[in-house]
Amino acid sequence: MEAVMSILTNPYYIQVVTMVGISLIAALGLHLITGITGQFSFGHAAFVSIGAYASALVTIHLHLPFVLSMLAGGLAAALCGVLLGFPSLRLTGDYLGITTLGFGEIVRVVFINLKITGGAGGLAGIPRESNIFLVYIVVVLTIWGMYRIQNSRFGRALVAIREDEIAAETMGINPLLYKIKAFAIGTFVAGVSGSLFAHMMQYLNPSDFGFARSFEILNFVVLGGLGSIPGTILGTAILSLAPEFLRFVKEYRMLIYGALMVTMMIFRPNGLLGGVDVIRVLRGYRNRREARR
Amino acid sequence: MFWQQLVNGLTLGTTYALIALGYTMVYGIIQLINFAHGEVYMIGAFVGLIMVAVYKVNFFVAMLVAMGVCVPLAVLIERVAYRPLRKSTRLAPLISALGVSIFLQTLVTLIKGGPNPLAFPQVIQDTVYVLGPVKFSTVQCIILIVASLLMIFLQFTIKYTKMGKAMRATSEDYETAGLMGINVNNVVSFTFAVGAALAAAGGVLVGMYFNSIHPFMGVSVGLKSFCAAVLGGIGSIPGAMLGGIFLGIVEVMGVAAGFDSYKEAIAFGLLILVLLFKPTGLLGRPIQRKV
Repeated sequence: MEAVMSILTNPYYIQVVTMVGISLIAALGLHLITGITGQFSFGHAAFVSIGAYASALVTIHLHLPFVLSMLAGGLAAALCGVLLGFPSLRLTGDYLGITTLGFGEIVRVVFINLKITGGAGGLAGIPRESNIFLVYIVVVLTIWGMYRIQNSRFGRALVAIREDEIAAETMGINPLLYKIKAFAIGTFVAGVSGSLFAHMMQYLNPSDFGFARSFEILNFVVLGGLGSIPGTILGTAILSLAPEFLRFVKEYRMLIYGALMVTMMIFRPNGLLGGVDVIRVLRGYRNRREARR
Repeated sequence: MFWQQLVNGLTLGTTYALIALGYTMVYGIIQLINFAHGEVYMIGAFVGLIMVAVYKVNFFVAMLVAMGVCVPLAVLIERVAYRPLRKSTRLAPLISALGVSIFLQTLVTLIKGGPNPLAFPQVIQDTVYVLGPVKFSTVQCIILIVASLLMIFLQFTIKYTKMGKAMRATSEDYETAGLMGINVNNVVSFTFAVGAALAAAGGVLVGMYFNSIHPFMGVSVGLKSFCAAVLGGIGSIPGAMLGGIFLGIVEVMGVAAGFDSYKEAIAFGLLILVLLFKPTGLLGRPIQRKV
C-alpha cells in the first residue's frame, strides 16, 4: 500500500501524467483539423505557443484569474488561426501543410525577437496555476466537446469535406467557411493546452515550440489512428510515455523512437486504431457475451 | 555592395537549388514530401569531411565518394520506409519519412559523439578574384561551376535519355506509365538516386563554403530547400532551380538589409506571400479540380 502511495505521490510521475494530458488537449485540437476535416496542419505547436504566451502575459500583467487567462490564450490562438486560415485554407493538401509549417517557424522567430516575451532567453516568472486535476478536467471537457462536434450536423459536414470536397460543395456545404470554423476550434483548443502548459512549467521558451513539436503532435494523431478520438488518446499516451520508458536505452533512445515510427507506419499505415470503431467493438463484445449466455 | 550581395545570394541559392531538385523530383513522381532528404544532404557533408580530413583526398574525389554513399542510402530509404506505404493515406509515408529523419540524425550524432559542429578543413587555396565591383572567392566559383554543371547534366538526363523520358511519363501519370510498360519502381528508385547525388554534392559544397557541419544541419536547410521547391512550383525542375536561387538572393539581401535576426523566417514569409498570389508556385501548373 505504501509503495502504491509513493508512486501516486511521486512528483515526477505526476508531472509526466500531467504533460500527457496537456499534449492530449493539443492533439485533440489537431484531430479536429486533420483527422476530421482532413486539412494538413504542420504548425500546430505555433498555436500552442501563442496560447501559452498570451495567457502567461495576461496573468503576469493583468493578474486575471486563471480561467480567464486560459480563455484569453485560447482566443488569441483561435484569432491567429482564423487570420492564417482565411488566405491559406484556399490552398489544398501539401500546400496548406507547408504554409502552416512556415507560419509556425515565423511565429517561433517572432517570439525569439519580441521584447515582451523575453526573447530567446524565454519568459519566466509565470505563477503556477494549473495542476493535474485541472488539466484532466479540461481533457474530459475537450473529449466530450469533440464527440459532440463529431456527431453534429457541423461535424458531418467536416467529414464530408474530408471525404470529397467537391461533392460536399454540391451538397450545399461552403468548404472554406467550414474549414475556417474547424481551424478556429482546433487552434482554440491548442491555445488552451498552451496556457495550461505555461502555468504548469512556469517558464516558456520559443525553442520548445519548433516544427519538431508540431510534428510530434501530428504523430500523436496519425499513429493512434487518424480521425479516431480513442486513437488520438492512445497515440498521445504511447508516444508521450515512450521516451520515458525508453530511458534505459540512454543515447539510443531517439534512434529507437525513429525506427519505431517507421515500423509502426509500415505495419499499421492507418494508425493503431485507424478504421476501428472502438465503441462498436466494445458493444459487439458485450452482445456476443450475452448471446453466449 | 548590391552586386556583391547578389553574388553571395546566388552562391547560397545554387546550393538550395541542388537540394530543392531532390524534393521536387520525388514529389513530382510520388507526391511525397521526402523529409529525410535533408538528412541525406547532411550525411553527404559528413562523408565529404571524412574523405577530406582522414583520407586526405582531392575535393572532387571526396564529392564523388559522398555521392557514392548517399545514392544507395536514399534508394534503401525508399525501399524500406516509403515503398510499403505507397498505396496508403498521404500522411503515413510522411510520418515514416520523419521517423527516418530522426533515426539518421541520431545515428550520425552517436557515431560522431555529440551534436556540436565539426570544422570542415580548408581544402582549397582560397584566392579572391576581383571583377568590377564584385569579389569572387575560389570556393564561390567552384560552387557556381559544379552546381551549374550538375544541373545541366540533370536537364540532359531528363530530356534526352530513356530513363529521363520514363521519369517524365511517370510524373505525368503514375498508373498509365505503369500500363505502358515502364517499370515504375525502377523509375522511383532512380529518382531518389539522382536527388541524393545532387544533395550529397550540395552537402560537400556547403560544408566547404561555411566551414562547419553538424548532425542537425539538414533540418533547417532541408526545410528551406523544400520551401524553394514549392516557391518555384513543386514538381517542376526549372522551378526548383529558380526557387532556390530566388530564395538564396532574398535571404542574403534580407540579412544585408538588417533583418538578420529574422533570417530563419525570411524563406517562409516569402513562401506564404508567393502562395497567396500564385497558389502553385512561380512555375507550377494550375491544379485542376476534376469530378
